[in-house]
Amino acid sequence: MKFIDEYQDNKLARGLAYKIAQRSTKTIRLMEFCGGHTHAILRYGIRQLVPKTVEMRSGPGCPVCVTATADLDKAIALAHLPDVIITTFGDMIRVPGSYSSLQQAKAEGADIRIVYSTIDAVEIAKANPGKSVIFIGIGFETTAPTIAASILKAQQEKIENFHVLSLNKLTPPVMKALLDSGEIKLDGIIGPGHVSVIIGSHPYEFIPQDYGVACVISGFEPLDILLCIDKLVEQIEKGEPRVEIAYPRGVKPEGNRKARQLMEDVFEIGEANWRGIGIVPQSGLKLKGKYERFDADKAFSVGLNPPREPKGCRCGDVIRGAAMPLECKLFRKVCTPESPVGPCMVSSEGACAAYYQYGTLENLQGF
Amino acid sequence: MCLAIPVRIVAIDGDEAETEIAGVRRRVSIALTPEAKLGDYVLLHTGYAIGVIDEAEAEETLKLLEEIASLSEVH
Repeated sequence: MKFIDEYQDNKLARGLAYKIAQRSTKTIRLMEFCGGHTHAILRYGIRQLVPKTVEMRSGPGCPVCVTATADLDKAIALAHLPDVIITTFGDMIRVPGSYSSLQQAKAEGADIRIVYSTIDAVEIAKANPGKSVIFIGIGFETTAPTIAASILKAQQEKIENFHVLSLNKLTPPVMKALLDSGEIKLDGIIGPGHVSVIIGSHPYEFIPQDYGVACVISGFEPLDILLCIDKLVEQIEKGEPRVEIAYPRGVKPEGNRKARQLMEDVFEIGEANWRGIGIVPQSGLKLKGKYERFDADKAFSVGLNPPREPKGCRCGDVIRGAAMPLECKLFRKVCTPESPVGPCMVSSEGACAAYYQYGTLENLQGF
Repeated sequence: MCLAIPVRIVAIDGDEAETEIAGVRRRVSIALTPEAKLGDYVLLHTGYAIGVIDEAEAEETLKLLEEIASLSEVH
């Protein structure tokens, strides 16, 4: 497949890995923000390809994983309301909440439908005028414009029974929160490629400027990631951290103006609750007042018990990069993809799921 | 969630397009990429094209990768 196969070439990958090893003298720690990168790094054995001087950590870039238990509980409570259809991306359905899950709610009779796109959710609303259709809006800047587009479509076509529970989150503010906490020292960040297709490279400028940390935006094929690591190592070795795009076929410095314009029209920025991190100011997207009638938070009211975190689950630590999956006592023993305890094992982008699926002795070394 | 795959536009109809990858066809929204043209490759994410792939930049990256690999072979 064009733009995929050519970036998976084994010989070029070995050449790049050799170059990285030649360049790297300092012991450094990199974080891949995006869960898509975590999976690619594990799947293609990139941890084994890079020299021992380069330590890799996973970050909070899995939207399902960072959804707070309290927000998940709200989604489950909404599912139990009469005449409500919940529409959601597939990964959300199996994540355990405090007392139940969407899957369990479905088994108990709630109408919960997995959709591939917000387009499908709007179509379900159109086809079910007697029901309220709520889309569980998770995702980062990559997904937020598609949710904005669905709200604009619902408004244009006067589909009054379509609602969004907006749990969308923003990438740069949580990177800032992690860097501010100082919990783990980072030398470089593998920037999220598809978030950056939308927001461009400028919003990351504070990372080198204020924290002296390198930031290189990467694509998702193995050669893209190796090229990104090579550029990060080069910057760090020279002591010249900056924002660089190693995925120029997808990312422009200015991003996608049209997509950002739609986001800005529909959403306003507010605080968001992140699993494992807590409330991060200016890191969430809420519907603007003029789209209030599509806002599930405004249209429905549900009573919630205080959230409970699964006992022993270290998803929060894994999300912050403070723990590796194998450091969790539940990993592979109690918590498996078949019977997940926390979201990091459920989501196809979760770090625990990646380590479970692709974990080899080499991958697991260093725990 | 942030997964996006390159698909080729084979027909355009308003703010929707027919796309193709490896013989599989799918109708997608191009509301976020009004600049997308017939024959362009776009990044498809949850039913929407979120960006048009810059083919010249793709070539440049491949050249760069080949250069790096050939330099490494010398050793």
